[in-house]
Amino acid sequence: MTDTGSPRSSALRRRLSQINPVWVLLVLLIAAIIFMNPRFVEPTGYMNFLKRAAPLAILAAGQVYVIVSGGFDLSVGSLITLVVVGSSMLTNNDPAATYWVIPLMLTMGLGVGAINGLIVCFLRVPSLIATLGMMITLNGLAFLWSGGAPRGYLPDTFRFFGRELIRDVPLVRFIPVSVLVLIVVVGVFAWAMHRTNLGRHIHAIGDNPVAARLAGVPVNRVRITAFMISGLSGAIAGILLGGFAGVSTDVGAGYELQAITAAVLGGAQLLGGKGSVPAAFGGALALTAIFTLLNFLGLPQPVRQVVQGLILIAAVALAMHRRKQTGT
Amino acid sequence: MTAPMIAMNGITKSFPGVRALSDVSFDVRAGEVQALVGENGAGKSTLIKILSGVYHADAGEVHMNGEAVHFAHPVESLRAGIAVIYQEFSLLPERSVAQNLFLGREPRTRLGLIDTSRMRAEAREVLSLFAAAGHIDPDSLVGSLNVATQQVVEIAKAVSTGARVVVMDEPTAALNETECEELFATVDTLRNRGVAIIYITHRMREIARLADRVTVLKDGEVAASFDTLPSPDAIVRAMVGRDIEDFFAPKAKPDEIGDPVLTVRGAGNDVLRDIDLDIRAGEIVALAGIQGAGRVALAMALFGEAPFATGDVTLAGEAVSFRSARAAIAGGIGLLPGDRKSEGLVLMQSVRDNGMLTSRAFAPLWTSDQRNDNADTTRMDALLDQMEIRAASYEQDIRALSGGNQQKAIVARWLSMRPKLLIFIEPTRGIDVNSKAGIYHLMRDLAREGAGILMISSDLPEVIGVADRVLVMQSGRIVAEFPHDASEQDIMHAATAETEVAA
Repeated sequence: MTDTGSPRSSALRRRLSQINPVWVLLVLLIAAIIFMNPRFVEPTGYMNFLKRAAPLAILAAGQVYVIVSGGFDLSVGSLITLVVVGSSMLTNNDPAATYWVIPLMLTMGLGVGAINGLIVCFLRVPSLIATLGMMITLNGLAFLWSGGAPRGYLPDTFRFFGRELIRDVPLVRFIPVSVLVLIVVVGVFAWAMHRTNLGRHIHAIGDNPVAARLAGVPVNRVRITAFMISGLSGAIAGILLGGFAGVSTDVGAGYELQAITAAVLGGAQLLGGKGSVPAAFGGALALTAIFTLLNFLGLPQPVRQVVQGLILIAAVALAMHRRKQTGT
Repeated sequence: MTAPMIAMNGITKSFPGVRALSDVSFDVRAGEVQALVGENGAGKSTLIKILSGVYHADAGEVHMNGEAVHFAHPVESLRAGIAVIYQEFSLLPERSVAQNLFLGREPRTRLGLIDTSRMRAEAREVLSLFAAAGHIDPDSLVGSLNVATQQVVEIAKAVSTGARVVVMDEPTAALNETECEELFATVDTLRNRGVAIIYITHRMREIARLADRVTVLKDGEVAASFDTLPSPDAIVRAMVGRDIEDFFAPKAKPDEIGDPVLTVRGAGNDVLRDIDLDIRAGEIVALAGIQGAGRVALAMALFGEAPFATGDVTLAGEAVSFRSARAAIAGGIGLLPGDRKSEGLVLMQSVRDNGMLTSRAFAPLWTSDQRNDNADTTRMDALLDQMEIRAASYEQDIRALSGGNQQKAIVARWLSMRPKLLIFIEPTRGIDVNSKAGIYHLMRDLAREGAGILMISSDLPEVIGVADRVLVMQSGRIVAEFPHDASEQDIMHAATAETEVAA
């Protein structure tokens, strides 16, 4: 026969084929970045990279919940804008206001997610349309709230999370606060997705909603929870972005598609049933690394969009190909 | 004795997690019919796909006329003279019979044009070899012929391309009585012409009519091979691996049947009318009837998916009225859906996750594996072990498993819930004989532990073999009741007879 080979090498091959390709991609991209900029290996290099990737990575970790449950959440980009604009309006340069504005913004994120979920579950609007409508609505709200000209300041207490560093850390010298937030959020999201009943049910309703319902899974409750987690991730990402990007009415624009791209790069199955929070995190890092490389090459912004679009298509095509190979 | 036309030796083939064939040896000589028998999933199709080059064996070799052959692609095996007639035909319906017979190798005139008159004449010649094809006009469109005639054309095409081995995969599946006879005559013709025939079937009648030798596959191994035509009993025993008597579980003894678990009085909705129903603890009740008689609607009404609009339902002494599946499960009803893939399984998830779907659905959302869930995981694994589910690991995606093993995982889901009433819809559709027997015994075990069981089945031998009592439905009503020793004819009659308007 033609396809011989010792059983050990085929077992090894199988083990290798189970490694999520996003990690291979990420290693290659990081190697390319180091090649072009050797200083990347110093803490200032990679910590700044992680800091820049943090909002997208958190957003992607939340987006995975909705994708695995069988939907999309396009509203998170506008939600970021609304959080940033709303925070600047509410804090009104008062440093003490941060302590109630941040919890309020997190609650708003959960609330927007809950509304998305309710619309999808009870009005039977497909999630793509429901969250597209929410995206436009939230954008409009942000404009209305700020009168089109947002006040350009957020107090330093608010910007602490996006901008500050914790210094004198052994080994790495410093850690940005946003990277700590990133680690905690991705850790908790990964635990909830892969180690709890909630995560199992999100997988089940995305895989086969009819079977899940007939098995007694509270499908609506689980779906709404998935949207709420995505909304929460949008609010957290907004708080970080407000910290280092400042206030504008397009601060969140495009983030929703980047988050979906990152999740799919990490192997999340569009239409639901399969996906991983750590791999979406890897996808977000890979996407940020690609943008970094394009920056080094001096390519203009529109090229980023072209590349991002092609990556999304390529990632889905690759996922379909692997599914055909492993599935029946 | 001459060398066999085809000899397959020590064929082994694994798919991820499943060993489909292990050390299978099989041969067929010129001018004989070798019947290849086995349940679904026994490995027949895999073996044929290895012969024709669709799959490659992990180990073992294929010899043709004594020479080792390696087919990398079906085209190569076809060129070597192996024709596989699948249930779906490869004929072009919008072309004539003659065009199909000579597709891609049309006779040409000196100018290079297709020589239609020669093609027609040669087609007639090929067709005349087959008694059943004598009346076929080479000019008629293939799409206008009935299935049996198309099959003959397909076989004639194989012969005209010089096939020395013809493989037929359950060729009578779509044929009626007369058409079957035509096909048998065609097979006889092939045999007389010295073609080696591999005939895949599980119908005893066809084996008796056609086979010279019989090979039985079971679970990817040769369970028996007979050099002369064996008795049907011997074949069944080899297929099932046990005697037919302990295929079904024993019926309930009178003292095993307890108080009513479920009582329905005068219930109805859009499709159901005047439903009166009692199911007792320890009893298996079968619902028979034709498609659309309302059996599934009744199950879904009890299960809260499409609730009753009127009437009273009592479950274990309490009046209930479930408005959702979740409520029904909480109340103590379980349901094994009829369409495993679209209603039962979450295919991309693991075997264990499928088994635990319902028990997890009734635990708090934020319960984690590290907490109390862990104990349940071991309990589920023990259940899956006990049901002898064949999987590489319970972490494996369930879609790679055979239908029988998938079905057992869904049964395990309900076993862990200990329902008072368990509804099985077509519990053994599309699964292998051993899994069937396993599920029948599980149903009986559940009944003995005090559950009431309602089984919907379109398989009458199954209804009679399993049930303690048989109810027949028609047009949304229960129209007849039979004890466990009813005959198929009585049940069929009640299911199809015009109901006298009694109400």
